[in-house]
Amino acid sequence: MQIIKDLHERMVRIRLFETEAGKLMEAGKLPGFLHLYVGQEAVAAGVMAALRDDDQITSTHRGHGHAVAKGVGFREMYAELYGRVTGACLGRGGSMHINDLARGMLGANGIVGAGVPIAVGAAFAARYKGEDSVAVTFFGDGATNIGAWHEGANMAAILGLPVVFVCENNGYAEFTPQSGHMLLTDVADRAAAYGMPSVIVDGMDAVAVHRAAAEAVERARAGAGPMMIEAKTYRYFDHQGVKGLRHPYRSDEEVAEWKARDPIDLLEARAIADGTATRAELDDVWRRTRDEIAEAIAYAEASPLPDPADLLLNVYSG
Amino acid sequence: MTTTTEAPAVTPVAAPRKLSYVKAFNEGLAQAMREDENVFVAGEDVAGYGGVFRMFDNLLDEFGPRRMIDTPISEAALVGLGVGAAARGLRPVVDLMFMDFIGVCLDQIVNQAAKMKYMFGGALSVPLTITTASGAGLGAAAQHSQSLEAWLAHVPGLKVVMPCDAYTAKGLTVSAIRDDNPVVIMLNKVLLGSAGEVPEEIYGIPLGQAHTARHGSDVTVIALGRMVGEALAAADELAAEGVEIEVIDPRTVQPLDTETMFASVRRTNRVLVVHEAVTFGGLGAEIAAQIQDSVFDYLDAPVLRIGAPFSPVPFSPVLEKAYVPDRARIAQGCRRLLERS
Ligand SMILES: Cc1ncc(C[n+]2csc(CCOP(=O)(O)OP(=O)(O)O)c2C)c(N)n1
Repeated sequence: MQIIKDLHERMVRIRLFETEAGKLMEAGKLPGFLHLYVGQEAVAAGVMAALRDDDQITSTHRGHGHAVAKGVGFREMYAELYGRVTGACLGRGGSMHINDLARGMLGANGIVGAGVPIAVGAAFAARYKGEDSVAVTFFGDGATNIGAWHEGANMAAILGLPVVFVCENNGYAEFTPQSGHMLLTDVADRAAAYGMPSVIVDGMDAVAVHRAAAEAVERARAGAGPMMIEAKTYRYFDHQGVKGLRHPYRSDEEVAEWKARDPIDLLEARAIADGTATRAELDDVWRRTRDEIAEAIAYAEASPLPDPADLLLNVYSG
Repeated sequence: MTTTTEAPAVTPVAAPRKLSYVKAFNEGLAQAMREDENVFVAGEDVAGYGGVFRMFDNLLDEFGPRRMIDTPISEAALVGLGVGAAARGLRPVVDLMFMDFIGVCLDQIVNQAAKMKYMFGGALSVPLTITTASGAGLGAAAQHSQSLEAWLAHVPGLKVVMPCDAYTAKGLTVSAIRDDNPVVIMLNKVLLGSAGEVPEEIYGIPLGQAHTARHGSDVTVIALGRMVGEALAAADELAAEGVEIEVIDPRTVQPLDTETMFASVRRTNRVLVVHEAVTFGGLGAEIAAQIQDSVFDYLDAPVLRIGAPFSPVPFSPVLEKAYVPDRARIAQGCRRLLERS
């Protein structure tokens, strides 16, 4: 099945991009913040495999996975992390601001919840122009406590816009567990308040995420309005950076339990069991991706820095 | 305009004790909480985790979950919680983590907290303290690095303080909490770990009173927040060239102690204003205008302003470094002022 291979490749690309970025951060090579996505790959892969290039996404502070899965190139992503002029934001944005208009990546975002209304606007534009593209907005469990999230959800619903709301519920907002920031067990319940249908999926199962996303996207594209998907998932690394936990806010056992259901391991086991791919084929994806990443990092490191004389670049257009 | 509601209670200690800026803030907050049972703290990850900048370390242990409250990521509701609680007599300290996030809750700060006393005919006050970390220098980019004091200082009813070192971080924090008005404390992210001498006992620094951080006769440098340290470093550099600059730290940018500045200008006849924020529409413009309104005749050169270029804060360290004013640019500015006349 082609979709399994597609999901696998997208997940491997995210996993390797992220683990290498983490190593570069640990080595002191990257400035700024790094919110790693490892563990949540099935969500980005599953959703993005249901999208076209002209479909738009808005992302979060934890946005690398979304960008990679949407097809943004390793070169411009690493160059951006390094603050090079060849980066996705010409070195102006860094990890939290990667974007790529050509790929429908409307930007990672440093402000929690801020991407939600922007996706609603992108969906509005699609309908206004008579195009059939959809917009997908990614957000965490914590972000659904922000006013902009609720206003965006209601706006999308009342205008009947082609938006898919994807909650990546990794159980934590920074260091606060979900139970410490909302009384709901399922974030999906929030959709009902706006008359929006919702579905809960296993966020470690890329195929399940993909099925749900394909349905929501198809619905939206057909004009049936917004829908919400809540994917229950987990992040392996710390909220920011790789390690350096000051206070343990979750147990080693909990982390180990989730890792035992690693989304890539699960998909590989499934692919091999049903004969979709051989171990050698899967290994080949890892190998090719590793090579591509090594090349992209070398490219980033060899890239020039931005010129301070261009400080005012792109403040205004025209 | 200067309003001073209390005298500083600083008694020199025998053995000077060094404390980091963030620990000094923490100590001031803890002492203010001990002093007044009505003080409580609310914000994202302030209690269990102690704040992402360690501002609130150990406070949960001492004050418990009644007075240290972790909130959802809901800044508008967080500030609103503070406004409502303050209107009912409590003294909330609410934390906004990064200053940039005030964009999410500006209505509660500007239209509610700042105007409530006025609109209630003086019948109530809003003793709300908002803490936040401002400034560039960590590669945190456009949405996590801004210095937005000019937005806030423009709003009647708000007070805004910018501590430049550990000593002022503690004293201004205590005063902010004791003050009956909404006060925003802009801590500087780059300064968090910097250490300075801090008395152990509780003390307040009057809001609205500038401090002359260094005396000099040739140029007055008025520096905000982290720029005070840069100005002092520039002063050392210039002293080696035989130039003596006076460094004034307003400490509070709203209300602003202009009298101390005017007195200095009358002695030095030259002024440079420096802040991290974008120059256009920044407080440098306000200070320059007030100086020319009041002590124009004493000026030997136009007031010079140094601030950031008119751009969002860039990510790449090479750009960020060029963006933020530093000691070299301050020293250069002083030399330029001296070349005139
Ligand atoms: C408006 C705003 N408030 C606070 C923050 C600081 N912050 C960054 S990430 C984060 C937690 C986000 O949690 P969640 O939405 O669940 O996403 P996750 O980090 O779990 O992926 C917080 C509080 C911010 N960036 N923006």
